[in-house]
Amino acid sequence: MSISTSTDITTSSVSAEHAHHGHPDHRLFGVVLFLIAEGMIFLGLFSAFLIYRSMLPVWPPEGTPELETLLPGINSIILISSSFVMHQGQAAIKKNDVAGLRLWFGLTALMGAIFLAGQLYEYFHLEFGLTTNLFASSFYVLTGFHGLHVTVGLLLILCVLWRAQRPNHYSSESHFGVEAAELYWHFVDVVWVILFILVYLL
Amino acid sequence: MNIPSNIITLIAGIILTMISLWYGQNHGLMPVAASEEATQVDALFNLMVTIACGLFLIVQGTLIFCVLKFRRKKGDTTDGPPIEGNIPLEIVWTAIPTIIVFVLSIYSFEIYNNMGGLDPMASMASHHSPAQHHHHEPMLAMTGEQSQLSLGIGDSPDENSNSPVYVDVNGIQYAWIFNYTDSGIVSGELRVPVKHPVHLNLKAGDVIHAFWLPEFRLKQDAIPGKDTTLVFTPTRIGEYPIICAELCGAYHGGMKSRLYVLSESDYEKWLQENIMAQSAQEANTVAISTAEMSDAEYLAPYAQEMGVNQEIITQLRPIQ
Amino acid sequence: MTEAISTTKQRKWQDYFTFCTDHKVIGIQYLVSSFFFYFIGGIFAEIMRTELATPDPDVVSPELYNQLLTLHGTIMIFLWIVPAAAGFANYLIPLMVGAEDMAFPRLNALAFWINPPAGVLLLSSFFVGAPQSGWTSYPPLSLLSGKWGEEFWILSILLIGTSSILGAINFVTTILKMRIPEMDIHSMPLFCWAMLASSALALLSTPVLAAALVLLSFDLIVGTSFFNPAGGGDPIVYQHLFWFYSHPAVYIMILPFFGIISEVLPVHSRKPIFGYRAIAYSSLAISFLGLIVWAHHMFTSGTPGWLRMFFMATTMLIAVPTGIKIFSWCATLWGGKLNLNTSLLFGIGFVSSFLIGGLSGVMIASVPFDIHVHDTYFIVAHFHYVLFGGSVLGLYAGVYHWFPKMTGRMVNETLGKIHFAMSFIGLNITFLPMHELGLMGMNRRIALYDIEFQPLNLIATIGSYILAASTIPFIINVIWSLNKGKQAERNPWRALTLEWQTSSPPAIENFSETPVLWSGPYEYGIDSEPRDSDSIRDLLAEVASEG
Repeated sequence: MSISTSTDITTSSVSAEHAHHGHPDHRLFGVVLFLIAEGMIFLGLFSAFLIYRSMLPVWPPEGTPELETLLPGINSIILISSSFVMHQGQAAIKKNDVAGLRLWFGLTALMGAIFLAGQLYEYFHLEFGLTTNLFASSFYVLTGFHGLHVTVGLLLILCVLWRAQRPNHYSSESHFGVEAAELYWHFVDVVWVILFILVYLL
Repeated sequence: MNIPSNIITLIAGIILTMISLWYGQNHGLMPVAASEEATQVDALFNLMVTIACGLFLIVQGTLIFCVLKFRRKKGDTTDGPPIEGNIPLEIVWTAIPTIIVFVLSIYSFEIYNNMGGLDPMASMASHHSPAQHHHHEPMLAMTGEQSQLSLGIGDSPDENSNSPVYVDVNGIQYAWIFNYTDSGIVSGELRVPVKHPVHLNLKAGDVIHAFWLPEFRLKQDAIPGKDTTLVFTPTRIGEYPIICAELCGAYHGGMKSRLYVLSESDYEKWLQENIMAQSAQEANTVAISTAEMSDAEYLAPYAQEMGVNQEIITQLRPIQ
Repeated sequence: MTEAISTTKQRKWQDYFTFCTDHKVIGIQYLVSSFFFYFIGGIFAEIMRTELATPDPDVVSPELYNQLLTLHGTIMIFLWIVPAAAGFANYLIPLMVGAEDMAFPRLNALAFWINPPAGVLLLSSFFVGAPQSGWTSYPPLSLLSGKWGEEFWILSILLIGTSSILGAINFVTTILKMRIPEMDIHSMPLFCWAMLASSALALLSTPVLAAALVLLSFDLIVGTSFFNPAGGGDPIVYQHLFWFYSHPAVYIMILPFFGIISEVLPVHSRKPIFGYRAIAYSSLAISFLGLIVWAHHMFTSGTPGWLRMFFMATTMLIAVPTGIKIFSWCATLWGGKLNLNTSLLFGIGFVSSFLIGGLSGVMIASVPFDIHVHDTYFIVAHFHYVLFGGSVLGLYAGVYHWFPKMTGRMVNETLGKIHFAMSFIGLNITFLPMHELGLMGMNRRIALYDIEFQPLNLIATIGSYILAASTIPFIINVIWSLNKGKQAERNPWRALTLEWQTSSPPAIENFSETPVLWSGPYEYGIDSEPRDSDSIRDLLAEVASEG
């Protein structure tokens, strides 16, 4: 019965669902639905950005300092490769290798932190502020909103790492938290690729 | 189904069609139509009312009939006939609405095109090209940053030999200000000659307003930072309301003006009187640059009172 | 806390004020709290109608009038119809698919408990100067009229939107993944189909509203210029993002009630639903088309001519699946054995008045005509026929239909019929004259109007008083029936959907054993042999003895 088992928390903190014993586990399906909704927020923001881009004759508006692409480029490579690193973690837990999970997830967390630090460094060295013009506002809101998601993803990974300390918490059979965190991280990565192309390259 | 019920259905169908056709022409729901385009919109509306009336009678008639005829008898606990569907019938009632909306779409498209809705740019172009309008720099009125996108209802494709009247319309909380670009007259009411095309260039100084002429079936939002167009040719002399139709603040309901469609001679008379009055005033007015003028435009909304007084109107007038 | 509940047999009243994960408790919580907000929104509407009885702004100031209309719209949409639909969905979906609870019960409770604080936040905006820019909150007006009231409004909508997304995740997962094994997707009740379509829309469109409101917040608080033309922004972008949610929102608000009507009509007319698949797929068609029609709210705004034509065509197409539903409902009634109880009366009233909203909906899809009536009382009449004549009547049909299941008590039919008569008459007196007002030239959202419009406005005001009075027999009925109503049997309507196979009210774990599907949801008049299952045999005996 679902109610009596509700204290048996096995999920990660962001998806406050709980295991439905006696039924197949639908939590990952729920996470996918949640990410679809998340994707629509970004779709909304990206559409607004593209409309502004097509509306103004000069984009970015005249007088906007050039965006540096080297540091964000390196940052992007770090973030994208972290997805592959993370996948090794999931592969490890599928072989019941908790140490491997911790190693690869730890590495992913480090890469995520480097990305966030790089992002903050970029913010502090930009020559425009949030309200300078439409491009600047869009830039900060898009990257900031994405940065928020990276932060949440990072917390999820740390949560998995913390739980992986308990013996037998994750196994090859039961590792929803690992899969959910990974799915979320991949999502954040894909969004960054689109964002990087739109904001930095176009 | 036996023959008598077929005949009943046929008779009911004929009566229903007659009622719908009659009501479609005699509903009397619309105000007078003061332009050719308004008459066309009314024809479209009449068709839609006819169809809607027919569908309304069919569905409501069915419901009332069911309630009266198919009521459960007391003590009867049996079920009705187990009919789970009827593919031909379902195809029919899918096809008929499809055809109806297809026809309505085509017809609406046709009328919208006749109104000039598909090519508002055409009227903008004709506005800017004639040499006599050189004093009016349309791009200055824009915020300058945004690319021009033609919005609104443009010229009707039908050729009209009469010379058009160009008016810049500025919507501010809570008034419309009309600026005749050819004569420089500024007014709080719109006066136009009958049977001449009227080209309105809509601007908004503060928030979004909507310029609505119910008797012309025309409406277009006036959007800050974006000019929009409304072109129409009045065919009926008279006095008509001008209404702001987009919520623009507390006194939105009071943001009204009048449109006077005058005979050609009356219009000329009014034009002459006002040009005289205007130039008399001009002598007393300190010259102000165009840049300051646009500032004044932007300051106008913060005047909290309803309507605007003559001084503000004078200051908003562009320099010739 | 949850452990304590699971050991007791029946819910105590206190349980309804806790973070309880039982979907039935959450369903009732949604329904009751949304009724509470309905009364607040209704009071605002009555103040506005009283103001509009005369042309002058003499009852409330124009500022207060705009605050009332903003909050009336927001409350009725976000705190009444949307959560009331979620209430039915929560209560019914697990029962209908034979599950013991939602897929994610704690997420479900969380989704509900976001609502009350959001509602309180919205109402508390009166203390800082309530928002005055309508429920659409178009910039630049929303940026100029009261910063904190507007921000309260935004935060409240963001919270409710989150709740709506979390609810939708639960509904979709439960419907798709938790049906009993025998129930394939084509034998699940049509309410589930409707909720699937509605939840898909909520999942895809609500986040876009969130994006719009976040950007609006930045403009409001930080001073960016996303939507502020004074700084180079574009107010039209807000309109696109806003309507990308807010048009589908109309379908989020009506689809669940389409589902309820598809349940109510067959049961009380003792006939199978006519065209099950057509009704099921038309819900999906409406939900798909609903995503590509949003700019029909912007026909007079900054929308180029060709785009107006595209959105006109897609909007008109929605009439086809909607028409299929209306005709199928009529065909379901045709030839049946109608038990004209309150529930069926509201069901028929729904079809009748929703039809009017649907017909005027096709008219305003036509661009040349919409240019005339956009932002007039014609539009007000249209969406009140859809949302009051449709959603609210459908909601009452559902309340009267499932009241025995939810409470174990039968409702008083006489009071119910009085409630129906007053609602139906009141609704038509209130909203029918508004069509003519709009066509003649009365714009909406105004506290003062021309004297020529007074007679029809006075009629509408009188109608709205009848509507307000119509809730009195309803409230009396609910309170009386809860205490004194006849004890309800397991299946008083002899219905075939699974929720009627369990006791009234259902046990905490819903079914004592997994229910067995022995017929489709609407196979009335068909002798279907029960499968081997003791519970089914008992049930059949019970059904037979009722006859």
